[in-house]
Amino acid sequence: MPVDNYLGVPLHRPKVAFFEFTACEGCQLQILNNEATLLDFLSLVEVVAFREAMTERSDDYEIAFVEGSITRADEAKRLKEIRKKAKVLVAMGSCACFGGVNQLKNRFNNNKWVKEQVYGKFPVESEEARPLEDVVTVDLNIYGCPIKKEEVEKIVTNLVLGKSVSHPKYPVCMECMANENICLYKMGEPCLGPVTRAGCDAWCPGSRFGCWGCRGPADAANVEQIISIMEEHKFSADTIIDRLECFGGFKKFAGELKKRTAKSKSKKKRAAK
Amino acid sequence: MKISCDIKVKHLSRVEGHGNIHIKIKGGRVTEAQWEVVETPRFFEAMLVGKKWDNAPWICGRICGICSIGHTLASIRAVENAFGIVPSEQTRKLRLLLKHMETLQSHVLHLYFLAAPDFLNTGSVFPLIKSHPDVVARAARIKLLANDACDIIGGRRMHPTTTVVGGFTMLPDRCKLESLKRRLEEAVTDLHRTAELFRSFPVPDFVRETEFVSLRGNGEYPFIGGDLVSTDGVRMKEHDYKKMTNEYTVARSTAKWARLSRESFAVGALARLNNNFAFLHPAARELSESFGLRPVNHNPFMNNIAQLVECVHVTLESIAMINEFLDNEWDEPRQAVKHKKGKGVSAVEVPRGILYHCYEFDSAGKIVRSDCVIPTGQNHANIQHDLTELAAQSASMGRKDAEIELLAEMLVRSYDPCISCSVH
Repeated sequence: MPVDNYLGVPLHRPKVAFFEFTACEGCQLQILNNEATLLDFLSLVEVVAFREAMTERSDDYEIAFVEGSITRADEAKRLKEIRKKAKVLVAMGSCACFGGVNQLKNRFNNNKWVKEQVYGKFPVESEEARPLEDVVTVDLNIYGCPIKKEEVEKIVTNLVLGKSVSHPKYPVCMECMANENICLYKMGEPCLGPVTRAGCDAWCPGSRFGCWGCRGPADAANVEQIISIMEEHKFSADTIIDRLECFGGFKKFAGELKKRTAKSKSKKKRAAK
Repeated sequence: MKISCDIKVKHLSRVEGHGNIHIKIKGGRVTEAQWEVVETPRFFEAMLVGKKWDNAPWICGRICGICSIGHTLASIRAVENAFGIVPSEQTRKLRLLLKHMETLQSHVLHLYFLAAPDFLNTGSVFPLIKSHPDVVARAARIKLLANDACDIIGGRRMHPTTTVVGGFTMLPDRCKLESLKRRLEEAVTDLHRTAELFRSFPVPDFVRETEFVSLRGNGEYPFIGGDLVSTDGVRMKEHDYKKMTNEYTVARSTAKWARLSRESFAVGALARLNNNFAFLHPAARELSESFGLRPVNHNPFMNNIAQLVECVHVTLESIAMINEFLDNEWDEPRQAVKHKKGKGVSAVEVPRGILYHCYEFDSAGKIVRSDCVIPTGQNHANIQHDLTELAAQSASMGRKDAEIELLAEMLVRSYDPCISCSVH
C-alpha cells in the first residue's frame, strides 16, 4: 500500500520513469530483482514508464532513471528529450556513468573495423559509446555493473524524502577489510579494490573474485600506486590495463599506462637492435 | 473478411530490448506484416579481440542482464574446450544447479511479469498487486528463491562472481544449501498453483509447422553441452554450430537471423521439450501431458507452457542434486588453467534457447576471433514467419484491430525474446 506519511511527515510520491539505451537492461532488471522489498519500494514512487515491465506509458515524470550508454544519434536525441521533461535525471549503472563495457570498442579508434568484425559489409549505424554526461547534465549517478539494489533503494528513499544523496568517498578495500575477507593479493589475484569507490560492500572480492573497478575511482584514489603495487606482484601490464579499461571509470589511467608500456616496449626493441 | 487495418507497435513492451511490429491489411489482404529489430548493437565480438582469455566470461556475461549466468557458463565452457580442460564432476553439477536456478528465475519472470498480464487484461504486473495479491506474492516468492540460489552458488544473481574458467572461486555454504533445498520443496506447491493459473488462460489456437532446434540430451534433459538436433532430423556436433545456424543479415534488423532446413527455425523451451520429452522428470512430463503438450507441438504460444514444465523439471532435479551435494564432502573447487593456442566452441541451453560461444586464441592466450550466436537471434526469422501467418489468419477471420494487435504482441512475447542480447 502507498505510504502517505513517514515519521509523521507527509510524503510526496514522485512520478518516476525508467529508460534504457545501449545496454543489457540488467540494471532495470535489478530493480525488479529485489522481490522481498519490491512492493515497499514501489509504494514510495509512482512508476509511469517502464517498458521492460509495463505497457502503459506517460511522459509526465519527475525522476528519470536512465540505463545504458549512448551510441547512436537517435539515442542522443531521445536522451535530450528526457532531460527536458525530467526534474532529476539519474544515470543508472556503469554504461550510463562511464560507458561501461560498451566503451571497450572505442579503444580501437576505428569504428569501421569494429563494425566489419561483427557485420562484414552490412551497414549498421553506431558511433563511439559515450556516457550520458557527454550528452546531457546528469544530476545523480548510481554506480556499478550491475547496480546494487540495496544501494538504489537507499538512494531513491533519500530522493523521495528530500534527503541529500552522497556516495562513499573511500574505496572498496575498506569494506572488504571490514568484512574480514582474505586479501586477494595474498591469494595471487589482482584487485582494484584499493582504488574503486565503495558502496557495493566488496561484492566481488567477497566472492574471492578481484575487483574490476566497475564503480569508477574513489575520491582521491591513488591509481598510480595501485599500478606499481600490481607491478610488484608481477602482474603483466596487459592484466593491469584489462582491469583499468573494462568499465570506463579508469579510462584515463588505462590510456596513460598503455602509452607508457608502448614506449618502454619500443625502447627495449631499440636496445635489442 | 477483414477489410483494412494499420497496426504499428513501436518498442513493444514487456520484452527485453527494442522491437517493432507493423501489420497492414488492405482490402482483406495482408500487405505488410513485419517484425523489426531496432536495438543498438554493442559489438561484443569486436571488443573481445586482443583481450586475454580470462576477460571473456567476465565481459560476455554482460551480453544479457536476464541470462548473464548462461552467457558466463557458455563462455567458460568455450574457453575450457579451447584449452582442453575437463571440469570435475563437482564443478559440472554445481554449474548445472546454478543454470537451473537461472532458468527458474527467468521463466517465472516471463510467465508472471511479462506474459500473464495479457491474460489478466492489464498492461503490467503492477495493477495485479492490488487485484491479485496472492498471484504476485507467489511469483515474487519463487523468483526470490531462484535469485537467492544464484547468489548462494554464483556469488550474485546477475553477472556472477564465483564462476571462473577451471571451476569456482569458492563453494556454497552447506547450511545455505540445506535451507535452499527446503525452499525448493515448498516451491513445488507454488509451481502447481502456477499451473492452475495458466490452465485458466486460453491458449490462442495457432499452429504453423516449424523446425525446432536444441541440444539433444545424453540420458538427461540437456542444458550444458552435447549434440545439436532439429525436429527435421538434423544432428550435428557442437563444433559444427555454424552449419546449424547459418546466420545472415536482414535490412530491418540489427540482429542477425538464422535458418537451417527451412526458411526459419525456433529455439527455446518448446524446442527443448519437443526434442527431449523422454528426458523430462516424470512429474514434469505428467504436467506437460495434462496441458496436451506432447512432441512435436507446433503452437508457439505453447512455449509458455513448456517454460512452466521446465520450471517443475529444474526444481525437482535441483532438489535431487542438492541432496547429493549434502551427502558428499566437497572436493577442490578450482583447477589450474594453462592456456594454449586453439579454438573452442560451446553450446549451452539458456532460458530462451540454444546459445553458442566460440573463441580463437593465440599462443599468448589472447582472443584473435570471437563469435556468439544468441537464441533470440535464431528466433527472429521464425517470429517473422509466425507473424505473417497470424496476420493472414486474422484477415481471413475478420478479427478486430485491437484483437490483432494484442495477439501479435502476445505471439512475440511467447518467444520471451531477449532483443538486446540478440543484437549484442
